[in-house]
Amino acid sequence: MAHFSTNEFKAGLKIMLDGEPCNILENEYVKPGKGQAFSRVKLRKLISNKVLEKTFRSGDSVEGADVMDTELSYLYTDGEFWHFMNNETFEQIAADEKALGDSIKWLVENDTCTITLWNGTPIVVTPPNFVELAITETDPGLKGDTAGTGGKPATLATGAVVRVPLFVQKGEIIRVDTRSGEYASRAQK
Amino acid sequence: MTISNEWQPSGSIESLVKRAKILSDIRQYFATEKVLEVETPTISPSTVTDVHLEAMRTVHTNPLSVKKTRLFLQTSPEYYMKRMLCAGFPSIYQITKCYRDDEVGRYHNPEFTMLEWYRLSFSMNELINEVDTILRLVLDTPACDKTTYRELFLKYLSLDVKSDTDLKVVSICKKFGYEDLVPSGFKDMLSAFDRNMLLQLLFCEKIETRIGRERPIAVTNFPASQASLAKIDPSEPWSSLRFEFYYQGIELANGFEELNDADEQKTRFILDNKQRKEGGLEVKPQDVKFLNALDVGLPMCSGVALGIDRLLMLALGKKHISEVLSFDFAAL
Repeated sequence: MAHFSTNEFKAGLKIMLDGEPCNILENEYVKPGKGQAFSRVKLRKLISNKVLEKTFRSGDSVEGADVMDTELSYLYTDGEFWHFMNNETFEQIAADEKALGDSIKWLVENDTCTITLWNGTPIVVTPPNFVELAITETDPGLKGDTAGTGGKPATLATGAVVRVPLFVQKGEIIRVDTRSGEYASRAQK
Repeated sequence: MTISNEWQPSGSIESLVKRAKILSDIRQYFATEKVLEVETPTISPSTVTDVHLEAMRTVHTNPLSVKKTRLFLQTSPEYYMKRMLCAGFPSIYQITKCYRDDEVGRYHNPEFTMLEWYRLSFSMNELINEVDTILRLVLDTPACDKTTYRELFLKYLSLDVKSDTDLKVVSICKKFGYEDLVPSGFKDMLSAFDRNMLLQLLFCEKIETRIGRERPIAVTNFPASQASLAKIDPSEPWSSLRFEFYYQGIELANGFEELNDADEQKTRFILDNKQRKEGGLEVKPQDVKFLNALDVGLPMCSGVALGIDRLLMLALGKKHISEVLSFDFAAL
């Protein structure tokens, strides 16, 4: 893999750090008076999802990470792996539970997810920003209630639990923002 | 079709009006003080040997000869201004463009504006007071604090830069997670280049961000190995009569009670080049005319360089240097 010098560091570049692929978020040039220059780099570890700051000597170089994002549609799970398909080449790829993390609860069959591959292996699965899921369990709301009065918990088909307005009932399909885990609206019929 | 906005200046009209006002106030101040405004060339056949400064280059083609002259753009007007002082000029100042290669960021533009001035017979402390006067004039700041490089390391890192070993410096760097920056193969001794590099790292990351929040602060007595063109402090010979001003996380000015010993200056040029070589950097030729002027004699004086663009950032509360320049590097 290619090496990148600190002056090539920019947001989105993937590098290796402590044996883990990382995504650079920011790179700030710092230099004390008449002294050595440094790069103060903010990055996200792609497997552990930790954000950290790391200081490099200006001009130092690090190994790039062979990381790429692909858009694949979710097929099914066999309980051990979650299977995705490239809708153009029909190639299939399987991700394990570690790569899915919290995304498990937002997986809807045929939805297009972003799969991050490191050396060809899925390390992160990002669901679409919005998914539509049916409510399998929620308390019946009181008649006459309107939106925005605190809401109630609702369990969705995937097991996810979100707060919904009181007027939303069991069996309805709702739209959820997967980035915040919040109810967005009732699904369009 | 949309037309790109890339032709537009990076700084607002408001910023550039303020720039004009500050420049005029500074010229007014020096006129009152009877300090002479001068202009010196921004190009020179030689450049500084400073370990961490790189000059941009250009070439002049002589129409009457096949000879081409390699020229450096100035990183600061220091050598020309000192040559004037050696020739008998009184206290002088100038506001000029300086150029530094390999520097670009929030506080750095490769081409920037410097206010540099020299005061005959001023000690370091007298010049610190004058910098403070100018900051009060332009930024309306309260009187500055004064401290030393050593006190700051003791206060924030419990490290005594005067006496602590390289081992202690390295252990502190490791404690903060900078083990990757410690030279591989380190046992118990660092080269001067690497010790300074680690001290500068700690200064940048653990000190600079914590000082001068409420009022400007003048930091004096940098280690002799970072003296640059400052005299050694006769009462604290491990340190130098070099000072820097910091305010709200910005390094604003760098000054010296000026070294006026030609032999010592030659020794420092050689030491710089030795460190450059150790650090894998290109060795720089010495400025012979500057050394010849020092041989004749530089009168006792103190001098300082102050970054006008950063001063403007502080005056306007701007976050990026591009906001106070007509066209920053990205807008060229």
